[in-house]
Amino acid sequence: MSEITDTLQTSVDNPVSGIDQSNGNFKYDMTYDFDAGTGLNERTVDYISAVKKEAPWIHEFRQKALKTFLAKPLPTHWASKDLETLNFDKIRYYLSQGQKPKRTWDEVPADIKRTFERLGVPEQERKFLAGVEAQFDSEAAYSNIKEAVSKQGVIFMNSTEALREHPEIFRKFFGKVIPTSDNKFSALNSAVFSGGSFIYVPPGVKVSHPLQAYFRINAENFGQFERTLIICDEGSELTYMEGCTAPKFSTATLHSAVVELVALKGAKIQYITVQNWSSNVFNLVTKRGLAHEEAEIKWIDCNIGSRLTMKYPGVVLKGRKARGEVISIALANDGQHQDTGAKMIHAADETTSTVVSKSISVGQGRATYRGVVHIPRHLKGCKNNTECDALLINTNSRTDTYPAITVRGDRHAVQHEASVSKVSAEQIFYMQQRGLTEGQAMSLSVNGFINDLARQFPMEYSVELKRLIDLEMEGSVG
Amino acid sequence: MASSGPVSAPVADLVGAFTPAVFARHINANSTAHAWWLERKRAAYARFESLPMPSRTDEAWRFSTLAGVALGGYAPSPEGAAAATPPALAVESAATLSFVNGRLSGSSPVSADLAKRGVVVSTLSDALARHPGLLREHFMAQPQKLGSAKFAALHEAFIQDGAFIHVPRGVEVDKPIVVVHGASGAGAAVFPHTLVIAEDNSRVTVVDHFVSEGESRQFACGANDLYAGHGARITYAAAQCWSFETLSLQFNSTVVRRDARVQSLNLHLGGRQARHESLSQLQAPGGFSEMLALTIAAGSREYDQRTLQIHQAPNTKSDLLYKNALLDKSRTIFSGLIVVDPDAQKTDAYQSNRNLMLSDDAESNSLPGLEIQANDVRCTHGATSSRIDPEQEFYLKSRGIPPKAADELLIFGFFEEVLSRLESEALHDALRTLIRTRIQS
Repeated sequence: MSEITDTLQTSVDNPVSGIDQSNGNFKYDMTYDFDAGTGLNERTVDYISAVKKEAPWIHEFRQKALKTFLAKPLPTHWASKDLETLNFDKIRYYLSQGQKPKRTWDEVPADIKRTFERLGVPEQERKFLAGVEAQFDSEAAYSNIKEAVSKQGVIFMNSTEALREHPEIFRKFFGKVIPTSDNKFSALNSAVFSGGSFIYVPPGVKVSHPLQAYFRINAENFGQFERTLIICDEGSELTYMEGCTAPKFSTATLHSAVVELVALKGAKIQYITVQNWSSNVFNLVTKRGLAHEEAEIKWIDCNIGSRLTMKYPGVVLKGRKARGEVISIALANDGQHQDTGAKMIHAADETTSTVVSKSISVGQGRATYRGVVHIPRHLKGCKNNTECDALLINTNSRTDTYPAITVRGDRHAVQHEASVSKVSAEQIFYMQQRGLTEGQAMSLSVNGFINDLARQFPMEYSVELKRLIDLEMEGSVG
Repeated sequence: MASSGPVSAPVADLVGAFTPAVFARHINANSTAHAWWLERKRAAYARFESLPMPSRTDEAWRFSTLAGVALGGYAPSPEGAAAATPPALAVESAATLSFVNGRLSGSSPVSADLAKRGVVVSTLSDALARHPGLLREHFMAQPQKLGSAKFAALHEAFIQDGAFIHVPRGVEVDKPIVVVHGASGAGAAVFPHTLVIAEDNSRVTVVDHFVSEGESRQFACGANDLYAGHGARITYAAAQCWSFETLSLQFNSTVVRRDARVQSLNLHLGGRQARHESLSQLQAPGGFSEMLALTIAAGSREYDQRTLQIHQAPNTKSDLLYKNALLDKSRTIFSGLIVVDPDAQKTDAYQSNRNLMLSDDAESNSLPGLEIQANDVRCTHGATSSRIDPEQEFYLKSRGIPPKAADELLIFGFFEEVLSRLESEALHDALRTLIRTRIQS
């Protein structure tokens, strides 16, 4: 057992606003039983595969993906040059203490348990969740689903277990929504993935409470590559939530997940993310859902932390009358670039999609919306509506909008609108006149800006979000 | 790391028909020109030779059909081409200049009164002799930021002649100055150019009219520079009516100084593949640039419009409205960007792209972008792609109007919002007539 050292830092390094990015900023010194070392080559992949005792097809899949990763250039012809500062040779690709997640918190090693207690995960589980998976670096330390839910036939486990125990369900969809070669980082994930949730909801089952995953990075120079695959069978419904934090290191940490959703006929999936990585994390995530006939996939994507996030949740609307929705909230503070957005690929008649994005740039933070709406030929009755609003707090804050809309044919209706504004000085003055401090007034104003979106979150998350965006910004108006 | 670019493309792909030998011949034929002019041409050719052709990963060329911009099979300004003066726009003008394959073919001068007040409407080659200072200051002086640096260099290297319009301080020219740029002969490559310098508090309207003789395959690589000094007003209209076999690349630059106002309207009615790049730089407070465009995309033609509105000073305004009517198997690309520099507080910028889809096989691509680095701004953009309101369609049908005529009515209804922004009624009517003849042909 390692010595437990608490290296909690305070949030004084965040002078412009009082956004609470510090609640995850602590770490325990750990010794890991399994460590793939630093850098990435074929042996790293062999090691991960061997440790997990994987079937040969998975090992092969990983090796192929590694080749794809190495062959693909960084997308810096359109994306931030900051990506070039990522040194793939300095990252540790696999760290874990054990292979099998515990089913009760009592069995979880003390230091890991303490981490999650501090983040409030067990408490939330007791209060309102149908199941929880808690991932610590590369593997899930804890994974449990309430008995009532598992009795309905719902499968909820981590990727390693699921590929071993239920290949007949998961192999069919694994890597199908997001092929390895989709982009450089999906290839990287496919080579070294570990952890993440695999969920199957049987036909007609409506999971009444959300399932949750919590992703925790503890180690320095580490890369977390969880892989999530959710399959909702015909007519079923699921809400899934994920949260994530990491301690702040002076070196770069990499988080590169792949999340695939499949909603079969008439199914509904709601996927909620509250991303609060520390400001040294490169968060390069590929998320996409496949919606069959009359199915509905909704991404609620909230990005508050990280140094650079590049994430554009997408929905491929494959079946007639499928519906896709992305609700995106991004907050970029000093030193942060939130490059987020949405992709809507219409591949069937009468499919509809909606994108609502609200971003807030504080200090020298930069928020970018990047989107794709694609409606190919010989479809009819497709609709997309996109709205992007950006709020700029300080004079040197930055925001960008880069949508790409392709429409073929004359039987669709597509609309995109974006606007940029600042907090109205009159509003602030009015509130100050009523006795609020400037900071309180600003905080109220910013919360008002995102209020209509925050309300779509489940209660507990909406409260959490408001707390995170509780700004204290004396003297930042105008 | 990025090694996927065209590392060693064959030279022929890089220069097409515009080989060093062809360039040397062009220089020889113009050896009597101003030394500065020839020097610029040589430098431009070197740039053209060294710059890569656009590639699939160029964001500035996203969605463009790159095969269509290949430079093979053209000959720059063939000698002995027919000197037929193309038909001018039906509008009463203050002066006209007509060019065929870059050579002056006809003109009518400004009135004695305007001439006395210093208004110059001449060829670039005349201006080289008489106003070298102005030319040096304004000719192709702005950066190429929209992806066609290579083709702009080609333009500069092979330009034969063009229009030079200079309106001195405080002078107002009421009627439009009309410049006709004609292309004649199969495989002709033309490099039309119009330079407009409106000094402080002056006022001028300029119309560029691009026409082909016959329906032959041609290449037009044109540029126009508009400079509006403090308090100046420029109204600029361009009617692009090249043949439907023509590859057209056109680069516009607009500089707007303090309290100046520039309105530009580009009509895209011709060409097989036409790319238009338009850059507006709002350099001083009070400047306003209004950017308008109307496109009729039919057949299997492609119209590729790239715009950039740069707000470089506080209290400036820009307003862009680009409307495309898409028929048959046509494609359009609109890629626009509003950039607000860190100090450009109180910017008011608008950008809108509307696509009227009139066919099940047409494709519109919209990339409306914003890059904002100041917080006290009003910036909005919008893009829509949709068909006609079914009720309107039903109404027209119920009145017995045949579908083709209905389309025409609908296009005019759709375009009117833009055309009505022109102050000059005469110009409005002339352009409307031009659109009508183009649709009916």
